Amino acid sequence: MNAPTPPRILYCNCSYAQVVPKEVKEEVLRKLCESGVAFDAVADLCDMSARKDPALAKLVDSGAVRIAACYPRAVRWLFHAAGTPLPKNGVEVLNMREESAAAVVGALFAAPGKQAAS
Amino acid sequence: MNKTEGKNLRVVFYEGPGSAPLASEDRFRAISSLLQNGFEVSRPAADGSVAPADGAPLLMVGLFDGGRSPAFDGAGEVHVRDLHGLAPEAVLGAAREVREKSGARKLEAWKPWFPVIDYDRCTNCMQCLTFCLFEVYGVDRNDKITVQTQSNCKTDCPACSRVCPEVAILFPKYKKGPINGDVVKADDVKREAMKIDISALLGGDLYASLRDRQQAARQRFSTERDESRALLERKRCLKELGKELDIPDEVLMSLPSVGDIQERAERARSKLASRQARSQTVKDTKPAPTDREWGI
Repeated sequence: MNAPTPPRILYCNCSYAQVVPKEVKEEVLRKLCESGVAFDAVADLCDMSARKDPALAKLVDSGAVRIAACYPRAVRWLFHAAGTPLPKNGVEVLNMREESAAAVVGALFAAPGKQAAS
Repeated sequence: MNKTEGKNLRVVFYEGPGSAPLASEDRFRAISSLLQNGFEVSRPAADGSVAPADGAPLLMVGLFDGGRSPAFDGAGEVHVRDLHGLAPEAVLGAAREVREKSGARKLEAWKPWFPVIDYDRCTNCMQCLTFCLFEVYGVDRNDKITVQTQSNCKTDCPACSRVCPEVAILFPKYKKGPINGDVVKADDVKREAMKIDISALLGGDLYASLRDRQQAARQRFSTERDESRALLERKRCLKELGKELDIPDEVLMSLPSVGDIQERAERARSKLASRQARSQTVKDTKPAPTDREWGI
């Protein structure tokens, strides 16, 4: 039996404002860089949404994606505002404004189909 | 080109066949500095996938065997930089150079500040449309409230989200929930409703209140000839409004005149009325009218 395809990983650095704790986002990025996993990283999802950047569609076009960013409600409607609604299934948003770096990293690297306990 | 146009340069850290892996600390330092400077980054790996090429210019970086990169076909405009002998910080320099050459979007000093509507909560009451003094909102061809001119929005001003009775307007960069996108609790709705009670704050409809205040100020001025008192009263009222709705001083300072506010309110109301009237006559008989036809 084939192993399930791992979800894509998308990391938002929230570069245009300091609303995500620096130590959390740095630690999450550090762990991503130390790991052997594939990931995409963007400077700021809000900025991309404001520009209705078509790259947003490509970033989530695989269906299953884990997004390390901020509040799930904000991320969901930012994509919608850009004309790229997130797929209903397979998207997991991890909140670096509220969660610890360890919790976010644990969820990012969890086996496909599993979500980290919140 | 303005801040909402153009494509970002994407930097791809290639560590596949024909290259050696980067030290993880070097990778972190390089990627971190790229993100801080507005670039997008992808790091492909054997067991996962990254976003496909989307027509944006790409810069492939890596420790290529013999300093020669593998062939990258079919990805549009691709630039390559071998990192042998370079410090991680040099990747940023290379990215800036390629950005200049390719005409990709440059980092601009701005805070992406604009309202985002949570349509699961929005009831299309149009309160935001009539409240916003800077004409950020409009209606689409399906009669739905929409953020139409986000560039008109005043940085750090969350006032429209405070007057939304359903807490349906988000500003993701705002400091507090639920306006920042945090989960909306029943208490939040109650609290916001209390804060947005413009009636309690200004004694009725905002525009009517401003009109009344203007008339009262005129009357005072004509009877007392006390201009400074009228100005003080206006200042006091604005301060109160700013405090209640968390409006930054700069925005209060740039508010249109009372006359302008009345004119804009009138325009918003007639826009709404004409939309509703046309919606009744046109519905089901013709294709949806264009924005121009709506007079937006």
